[in-house]
Amino acid sequence: MTDLSKTPAAAPAKDGAFLSVRDLKVHFSTSDGIVKATDGLSFDLERGKTLGIVGESGSGKSVSSSAIMGLHRGTNAILSGEIMLDGVDLLKVSNEEMRKRRGRDVAMIFQDPLSAMHPYYTVGNQIMEAYQVHNNVTKREARKRAIEMLDRVGIPQPDRRVDDYPHQFSGGMRQRAMIAMGLINNPSLLIADEPTTALDVTVQAQILDLLQDLQRDFDAAIIIITHDLGVVAEMADDVLVMYAGRAVEYGPGKEILTNPEMPYTWGLLSSVPDLTASTEAKLIPIRGNPPSLLNPPPGCAFEPRCDHVAKVGGDLCRTTLPALTPANSGGYHTKRCHIKNADEVYEAEILPEIAPDLVED
Amino acid sequence: MSDTTTAAAAAVAPASTETVLSVENLKMHFPVKGSGVIRRTVGHVKAVDGVSFEVAKGTALGLVGESGCGKSTTGRMVTRLYKPTEGKINFEGTDIANYSGRQLHPMRREIQMIFQDPSTSLNPRHTVGSIIAAPLRIHNMVPKNKVLSRVQELLEIVGLNPEHYNRYPHEFSGGQRQRIGIARALTLQPKLLVADEPVSALDVSIQAQVINLLQDLQKEFDISFLFIAHDLAIVRHFCPEVAVMYLGKIVEIGDRESIYEHAHHPYTQALLSAVPDVKQAAIGGRRERIRLEGDVPSPINPPSGCHFRTRCAIAKDICSVVEPPLLQIGKRHKVACHFPGEIHQHPEKPVTAPLLGVDEFGAPDPGASPAEVPGDGPGYADTWYDLANNTRGRA
Repeated sequence: MTDLSKTPAAAPAKDGAFLSVRDLKVHFSTSDGIVKATDGLSFDLERGKTLGIVGESGSGKSVSSSAIMGLHRGTNAILSGEIMLDGVDLLKVSNEEMRKRRGRDVAMIFQDPLSAMHPYYTVGNQIMEAYQVHNNVTKREARKRAIEMLDRVGIPQPDRRVDDYPHQFSGGMRQRAMIAMGLINNPSLLIADEPTTALDVTVQAQILDLLQDLQRDFDAAIIIITHDLGVVAEMADDVLVMYAGRAVEYGPGKEILTNPEMPYTWGLLSSVPDLTASTEAKLIPIRGNPPSLLNPPPGCAFEPRCDHVAKVGGDLCRTTLPALTPANSGGYHTKRCHIKNADEVYEAEILPEIAPDLVED
Repeated sequence: MSDTTTAAAAAVAPASTETVLSVENLKMHFPVKGSGVIRRTVGHVKAVDGVSFEVAKGTALGLVGESGCGKSTTGRMVTRLYKPTEGKINFEGTDIANYSGRQLHPMRREIQMIFQDPSTSLNPRHTVGSIIAAPLRIHNMVPKNKVLSRVQELLEIVGLNPEHYNRYPHEFSGGQRQRIGIARALTLQPKLLVADEPVSALDVSIQAQVINLLQDLQKEFDISFLFIAHDLAIVRHFCPEVAVMYLGKIVEIGDRESIYEHAHHPYTQALLSAVPDVKQAAIGGRRERIRLEGDVPSPINPPSGCHFRTRCAIAKDICSVVEPPLLQIGKRHKVACHFPGEIHQHPEKPVTAPLLGVDEFGAPDPGASPAEVPGDGPGYADTWYDLANNTRGRA
């Protein structure tokens, strides 16, 4: 375990990083072989900042974040690497210690609040429980605190709604209650796993506003997992694009979305219509399907679906996994691609297709 | 038999103006039963409360709105999975709203549906071949020995391997399963496809594949679409005409440009401003948006007057008293608002008041005489209410 975390690929942590993940691997042993759900993931996150993780289903977004929460303990998952939260390696602490940290230091908001909340207990009870586990308080104080939190996340008449059951809440209100539960212990790291995917756009806007307000108030670090690039563009400071268990592009959100240098990111950008694009143009989907994680392609995992293999020449894409190397735009923007002049290819070929109006400046 | 001949004759006529589906004042009220032994009806969920629209041949009408606004119910009434409480569904000139099961049987060929969740709308114990062949068998479309070749042809049309007809739905990925659903809807060569959130359960890269497939099929077979979705960007891409629904009513309907560039209803404006935009990354931070407070009110007991007034930033007295009619304000643009206008340019006085014969607070005005409201009905009228001059406009 320690050997893996000291591989040369793992760059030294940035100064002041609050959460620093190094070469995280989550493998599942199945009867068909080992599924490499996450295979060597590294990133840093500071307090008060937001990291957006994007990728298709099955790319390892949720598995990686559950590893940070310690949710793979007691399963047959094989974890290695390093998850340093405020100087403590979360992979090395005991189960008992992790139990104390879960909910207090690290909290998680799940995608579907209807299945993440217990239907048999009132919303108030569930929020109170989260508080009482970590604080030695009476029931009355916990209830007062639960009402306070419900009020903070914008539930009307919180003193009455606290006794409601989850099914009596609307989808948006349930998600607010989940956020209240996640934030009741002022966690320093909040992981939001597709927090708005099940919601309407107007409610989504409310929830995103709320998350940003709360982040400002509590100075929390947020990891937001989503497949909506629009949400990432508006929320995230840093963006991590995942494909087949690996980071394929990582860097400041602005760089990733305006100067992407990895064909998969290009594909993601060109396959979503936006509200101003020409409607005559066809959407350009990424052809094919994501690879199986049981036996991923030997070279670049994206090679079978990539339209730019010819630009590299030879068999390089098919045989050699490209390393995560600094992108041409500089900074800490890195990409996993063999194409040398990816920024030029993007400007010459991709940008005219997805945003013709931006080409001339 | 006579129906099919008239339909064939109509197909020869110029395609641009021909209406396939015309829905008039359609209502669906689900009864709410009380508890106890005698389950008395104690109220009604007004899921759809009087919608009218038209779908022209070979085009697509998009229905957008938040969950619970009645867009799926509308789709299910058009396919006659529900029997409407009131209203007309004119499909190629015949009203099918009150058809019995037997009468509907031939109509089912013409109107088909694509469902949202491909994993629950396909029978897990049937092979793909038998799922797609079922409509062929039921309607006796092809002789028994030709069924397999037709199924394989359909699989090929939707981009699946024709040799996979013997597999079960679970052996396919989400995007492929949605293609199976599309193939099943295409078997009977329908004239109208009701697509209820066909791509919202799929990954972004797969969404684009399915949307492109639907567009190709539309061009090839000249199918009309009623496209129900909550993703405004996808609807804009797919549908030349869009209707925005709120709490069982259409609040704004029009062609793509009117809705997305010149929205006149405050709800449409709020909805559009809430969509997160990828281009925002270049600027940083959040986009300026119209915030809607609270949730959609209950359709059991909707607000009086305008349904949207409880969350509307520009609501005035008249909004709680009089319900705004769907007023035609452009060649292909109708809006149901007392104060229609582009963002920050809503008029001070209700433009609808003189038409309805009320004063600006909604009280009946004995001096005014109610005029005919332009745009009342499923289609678009030749004359409309010109907002700039407060007069009747003309094409």
